[in-house]
Amino acid sequence: MNALIPPFDPHAVFVVPWTSGLPVFGWVVLMGFLVTALCGIVGNYLILRRMALMGDAISHSVLPGLALAFLAFGSRGIGPMLAGALFAAVVTTGLIELLHRPTRLKPDAATGIVFTCLFAAGVVLISLFADRVDLDQDCVLHGELAQVPFEPFLRMGGMVLGPPSVIRMAAAGAVVLVLVALFYKELLVSSFDAALARCVGIRTGLVHHALMAGVSVLVVFAFQSVGAILVIAMLILPGATSSFLSERLPGRMAWSVMHAAASSVLGLHLALWLDCSIAAAMVVAGCVLFVCAWGVSAVRAALRQRFAGADNGEISGAGVIQGG
Amino acid sequence: MKPRPTSPARSGFALWAWGGVALSPCVARASRIGELTTNDVTAQAARFFTFADPSARWALLGALLLGLSCGLLGGFLVVRKLSLVGDALSHAVLPGVAAGFLWSLTKNPFAIFVGATAAALLGALAVEAITRGSRLPQDTALGLVLSGFFAVGICLVSMIQRLPTGSKSGIDKFLFGQAAAIGPDDLVLLAAVAAASVLAVTLFHKELLATSFDPGFATASGLPAVWIHRGLMVLLACSIVVSLQAVGVVLVSAMLIIPAATAYLLTDRMNRLLAISAGVGMFAGAMGAFLSFLGTNLPTGPFMVLTAGGVFALAWLFGPRHGVLARQLLHHRNTLRTARENTLKAVYHALETREFEGGDVTIPELAALRGESAMDTRRAIAMLRPAGLGDLDPASDRIRLTPAGLQRAGEIVRNHRLWELYLANAAHFATDHVHEDADEIEHVLGEETVRRLEERLDHAERDPHGRPIPRPTANSTRAQR
Repeated sequence: MNALIPPFDPHAVFVVPWTSGLPVFGWVVLMGFLVTALCGIVGNYLILRRMALMGDAISHSVLPGLALAFLAFGSRGIGPMLAGALFAAVVTTGLIELLHRPTRLKPDAATGIVFTCLFAAGVVLISLFADRVDLDQDCVLHGELAQVPFEPFLRMGGMVLGPPSVIRMAAAGAVVLVLVALFYKELLVSSFDAALARCVGIRTGLVHHALMAGVSVLVVFAFQSVGAILVIAMLILPGATSSFLSERLPGRMAWSVMHAAASSVLGLHLALWLDCSIAAAMVVAGCVLFVCAWGVSAVRAALRQRFAGADNGEISGAGVIQGG
Repeated sequence: MKPRPTSPARSGFALWAWGGVALSPCVARASRIGELTTNDVTAQAARFFTFADPSARWALLGALLLGLSCGLLGGFLVVRKLSLVGDALSHAVLPGVAAGFLWSLTKNPFAIFVGATAAALLGALAVEAITRGSRLPQDTALGLVLSGFFAVGICLVSMIQRLPTGSKSGIDKFLFGQAAAIGPDDLVLLAAVAAASVLAVTLFHKELLATSFDPGFATASGLPAVWIHRGLMVLLACSIVVSLQAVGVVLVSAMLIIPAATAYLLTDRMNRLLAISAGVGMFAGAMGAFLSFLGTNLPTGPFMVLTAGGVFALAWLFGPRHGVLARQLLHHRNTLRTARENTLKAVYHALETREFEGGDVTIPELAALRGESAMDTRRAIAMLRPAGLGDLDPASDRIRLTPAGLQRAGEIVRNHRLWELYLANAAHFATDHVHEDADEIEHVLGEETVRRLEERLDHAERDPHGRPIPRPTANSTRAQR
């Protein structure tokens, strides 16, 4: 057990990352924050629309897309890979619709069928062309968050910008944010009341597919650094936490961003203490924050019920007197 | 894991892309069944069917047992709308696998089985707690448990990998499956779980059925629905854990959903659903074992899933009642029938305006009544002939309905006017708002409904617009009068 949990050294855990280690850990925290915050903002919509597991589906079915793109273009460049992943995401959402719309199959069963079959197809594709594949298993499980600061920095016109994955994530994030801001009303209305949205002339199908495309872009950019399965947590955790703290969408978005910041900082400290995977530690910290928020909302609800209950008692008592 | 510098070759965008792909070669290498002694596919197939290769025998038996237990339990998951619970629980076992490994510090299958099952049960309880204790929807709860437990597991695994004994603890095998590694010990576990599933499903058949389809009724009649659900989760957790060995985390959820969804499209009876689901699961398992035995580098789990997916696609297309083609055909037939009945109704209206005198209706007359071209009217009348309802008399170019056609025409008009009267009298619709609704329902009202409507309306003679309600019967066509 002693070998498993290293001794707690407050200096190394809390001071180093903000002083001498800042050039390294700063990028790690920034990347973790960017991924969690952006996924969290989009994830709020997924939770409202009862599509929380679309992230799960897309992050798995990206596999055959990447394999096909590699086989088709023979390169691992960003363009082909992104194209392959987006193609896979579109195919996934389309197939899910196709399976459950004309039959009595439930959407969740259709989702489960589509992404597992695509994943299996991806594994078969790669094992058929195994001789051309090199292997880095860690990447799927915990991502490469720890590698981010060591990427050769992106330079533009003599100015050092930062690690390319952070820059890419920030750029993708900016696009997603602009899109969310532009179509805020459409997303809001179609998430809360699809029938009303159709009545006022919003093309709900288009909104759905655009949102799915956004999710898949984020998933594709994010799982490089956090791994295919932890990205599901990044999509759901901030939104689930914020749903305990605010009833209004802007409030939820703000809480999601705060949750992202807190979980990436706390996760870094946890990872430094336990010497474990940073991305996984960030998710664990996020889970702890989720439980805290749940507790806060439960206490608040209990208090409210208590005082509201007293109020109700008085009113009903008055009613009885009046009635008598 | 502390950040460590990476060699230039491993860095950059190129790498992550293969990150996603990375897991597969280890699947491919790990899960090959048997040593390949020949490159000839037919010879290899013959070897499989003669059961000469012991590891192929184990793998086949394991795949059959896995298909049986996953198919049975999956049937209940799909009808209870819990399809993705299997996915969540299969990811949630990871911390249990790690803890089981830590407990024994070797790859002791028993310790890992206990740890994994415990973690899966904890996951099921967490899903229950979140869905009941908060307003979060169930899919969010599943996603939270799936990824949260997985993250804890990853933390533990990355810590174990630092240990001197833990460098390659074999935990990966549980993530990605390794059918080739199925040995007698694993078979005993698989058989035990399959037997327990079959036993539980037979013993608690009534209870499972009642709680699956009508939880309210089940609770009202004193069944402990919550505990039955938890029992199902225990079986599910055991089944997932023993199957992980063969197919891995992602694909075990496929084996839970796909056979059951296939059966769901093929039948409406629960017993048949369970039988079909178990059958498809076993078939897919056997095919997966067989197909991966044929080639040098072929994984078992994905082939199982793809076989199951193929069977599902067939059921989705050709299912007798719920398949896409059957539904399309039914829709097409209904459209044709509605079109025919509308033609009959128009002919009846034409006859009615001249009070059923003056012989048969002409094409121009009907075309004017329906506001369409004579060509369209001819086409509509031509559709009546194959159904034996009416025809165009070649000599006089007039529309002649057969007795059956005339009767159906009377029935449709009766249905229409009865419904209008019912809407106006019983539901207090304005009389000018009842036509459209009656136009829809006239085609689907059954005999019994019509009889009751007539009773309810005291066998009224006239509709709200004052037109007579015809009373066609099989023998006498009084409407014709």
